[in-house]
Amino acid sequence: MSVLIGILLASAAVFSWKIIGYLIPERYLDHGRVKNIATLLTIALLAALVGVQGFTTSSQVVFDARIPALIFAAVLLKLRAPFIVTVAAAAALAAIIRFFF
Amino acid sequence: MRFKSDPILTTAIGVGLATGVYGISFGALSIAAGLNVWQTQLLSLLMFSGASQFAFIGVIAAGGGVAVGAAITAAWLLGVRNGFYAVTMAPILKRTGLSKLLPAQLTIDESTAVALAQQTTQDQRKGFWATGIAIYVLWNLATFLGAVLGDSLGDPAAWGLDAAAAAAFLGLLWPRLKDSKTILTALGAVVIATALSPILPTGASILVAGGFAIVVAWRHK
Repeated sequence: MSVLIGILLASAAVFSWKIIGYLIPERYLDHGRVKNIATLLTIALLAALVGVQGFTTSSQVVFDARIPALIFAAVLLKLRAPFIVTVAAAAALAAIIRFFF
Repeated sequence: MRFKSDPILTTAIGVGLATGVYGISFGALSIAAGLNVWQTQLLSLLMFSGASQFAFIGVIAAGGGVAVGAAITAAWLLGVRNGFYAVTMAPILKRTGLSKLLPAQLTIDESTAVALAQQTTQDQRKGFWATGIAIYVLWNLATFLGAVLGDSLGDPAAWGLDAAAAAAFLGLLWPRLKDSKTILTALGAVVIATALSPILPTGASILVAGGFAIVVAWRHK
């Protein structure tokens, strides 16, 4: 499947949630277990992407300059640094480490 | 110029600028993931949901063209939050028929949050529209800027853009980690997705981690 088709299908898929919410009555989603699933599902997918982006290269587990960069990012987030500052700082640290080692 | 002192519009534009800034990182990372400028722009115009967009390009970055199916699924699952926001916004906006389409597209974390922070229905509507429109415009401009910038950078790893992508997901995750259940779910998902990457098709390990969260949520309620 081409990336362009993928973009169109994925956009439609994401939009489906948004429009479903306007079409169904609130009581169907106002349910503790459903909300709990949505919350933890979001967390798990984002965390999984941290893992895959941070610790794998071409499907192999690789530990490299991304690890200190991620630790630095975590420290900055703990200090309530803005998103863009955190992302740029992580990139800079990884780039510096790769340049010198 | 009365609107300059309007607190709702001020909030909307402030939130729009803050969100727009990270649209720059989305644009640059999308190029690093292998998409071109127009594909990147199309994601911001059509998908318009930060976490889902980052997930889509993240899976493509890891697996290339063969991972498009997994990329679609990851983006879709990360969009589920918007369904809850839409359910919340529907009785406030009270739209009928096709006029639901536009607010649906603008229903994201920030527009819903600003709306719900207001006291009256009228202000909630104004907060929703002002924030949604401000973010839509600024997010797309920032995406374009980031994509053009990313396009001129060359080797993504030399600039640390792979680390930036990981940090971006950490940044999206961080405010959601509120107690031991959320933290343990996140740690479990990191381990599962990383450990299964070598043995599963690209992107599938991310979806298995999502399945793990559903099991955890089902059992602990």
